[in-house]
Amino acid sequence: MSEPLVEIRDATVVIGRSRVLDGVNLRVDAGDFLGIIGPNGGGKTTLLRVILGLQRLASGTVRVFGLPPSEVRRRVGYVPQHLVFDRSFPITVREVALMGRLLHKGLFSRYSGSDRRIADEALATVGLSRLAGRSVGGLSGGELQRLLIARALVSEPELLLLDEPTASVDPEMKTSIYDLLDRLKQEMTIILVTHDTGTISRHVSRIACLNCTMVSHDSGKVNRQDVEHMYPYPVDIVVHGVPQRNLKSH
Amino acid sequence: MMEILHYEFMRNAIAAALLASLACGIIGSYVVVKKIGFISGGIAHSAFGGIGLGYFLGINPLVGLIPFSLLAAAGIGLLSKKAKVAEDTSIGTFWAAGMALGVLFIGLTPGYAPDLFSYLFGNILTVPRSDLLLILGLDIGIVATVLLLYKEFLALSFDEEYAEVSGLKTTLLYLLLLCLIALTVVILVRVAGIVMVVALLTIPAAIARRYTRTLSGMMGLATVLCALFTLGGLWISWLTDVPSGASIILLASAVFLAVHGKAFFGGGELAGRG
Repeated sequence: MSEPLVEIRDATVVIGRSRVLDGVNLRVDAGDFLGIIGPNGGGKTTLLRVILGLQRLASGTVRVFGLPPSEVRRRVGYVPQHLVFDRSFPITVREVALMGRLLHKGLFSRYSGSDRRIADEALATVGLSRLAGRSVGGLSGGELQRLLIARALVSEPELLLLDEPTASVDPEMKTSIYDLLDRLKQEMTIILVTHDTGTISRHVSRIACLNCTMVSHDSGKVNRQDVEHMYPYPVDIVVHGVPQRNLKSH
Repeated sequence: MMEILHYEFMRNAIAAALLASLACGIIGSYVVVKKIGFISGGIAHSAFGGIGLGYFLGINPLVGLIPFSLLAAAGIGLLSKKAKVAEDTSIGTFWAAGMALGVLFIGLTPGYAPDLFSYLFGNILTVPRSDLLLILGLDIGIVATVLLLYKEFLALSFDEEYAEVSGLKTTLLYLLLLCLIALTVVILVRVAGIVMVVALLTIPAAIARRYTRTLSGMMGLATVLCALFTLGGLWISWLTDVPSGASIILLASAVFLAVHGKAFFGGGELAGRG
């Protein structure tokens, strides 16, 4: 496929007085599993918001499926970093998953039986079927994260954007989320944002480093110079394909 | 006990209580889950300007209340969403300015303002038939809007960012919700008065949330609770000859404190039931 799924050219984003993204270029092709790493405050979430069409550009262009992002939201699934919500909110796991159908339903319509089926299938995919009728407030951090992924799957996306899906879960759950993404990458293009530089390289096909500016590694390799440029502090560098072997640690 | 039904004002009061409970339970649930009780209080108080305008123009103050409360809702919503003013600041401004306008209009109206007290503190025993029809009409509008936009309002209340990603016009929906709150305030003014409506918008729904797992269930239980509080308060007011607005609010508050106090002293958790 020649047409890129996501194409960002010279994107600059200014929030308040700070330049959060500065001349960022990014191309994502169909079937990619792109990992975007970078320090906190490096603009990773902002970049996702640009792709979602939630963040206006000061300059530059962004095209998703060849169109402005706001026109293709139906084809993009989004998993936010964390859900800020009231744990006593009266809503069930299934109702949250159903929100993924909002894009496919018009105003005034109600969720149908097939919407419910799609939601239940997604809950099964992430292993939450058992909890479908439960209150969301009772879920653990990892269960909540998987529910957010299910909600994104319910929208039947061709492109899945995940913001730090493993930031607030325990190591065991982290593995199960990456296993899930390994399965999903057969079916859709994935962009994953994380500062979890250790594990990610085993799963993704490409890595990009982002700290206001972006360096992309088509081979899936990160070199020292780039990383030191991106991070103001020492980091471990890992080699792709060789799980977890540190080239050099500080 | 049945003899009280012989009086028309009592039958009207009961009808008003039941009709008001419907709007109160449904919209109150949104007020509680979205935590906009203070906004609702601001809308209610600033709507006092509409009461004053009604007196000034010599029309039914409830009719003056409708456009005024809608304007207050839109004003508070837009100011806090668009103008980079802290929400509580814009609420406080509208709250005081609306009341000041009300006082100004009443001051400009020659003579004496009858029933002013009942708009401020409620008097369900003086609801005329014409107001019942107005309340019924507003009820129908509110219920129809919520039925049509249930999933949108649910998404807005639970996760506003995702609602926006899903292509919903969240600012518009939020303003619409504030307008529904404004109309509910109009309905409740006769029951509890401008000063105390916020209690009816929050207490029944807050208690209902503890015992329900879905928003629709919460709305149903809150409606029942609101009906119990208003009818119970009305009954107490009838027996003891105290102002009905006060007896309704005090009954609701007492139950609220009993329910939450029990959880507090019993060590039970208030949130996050499985």
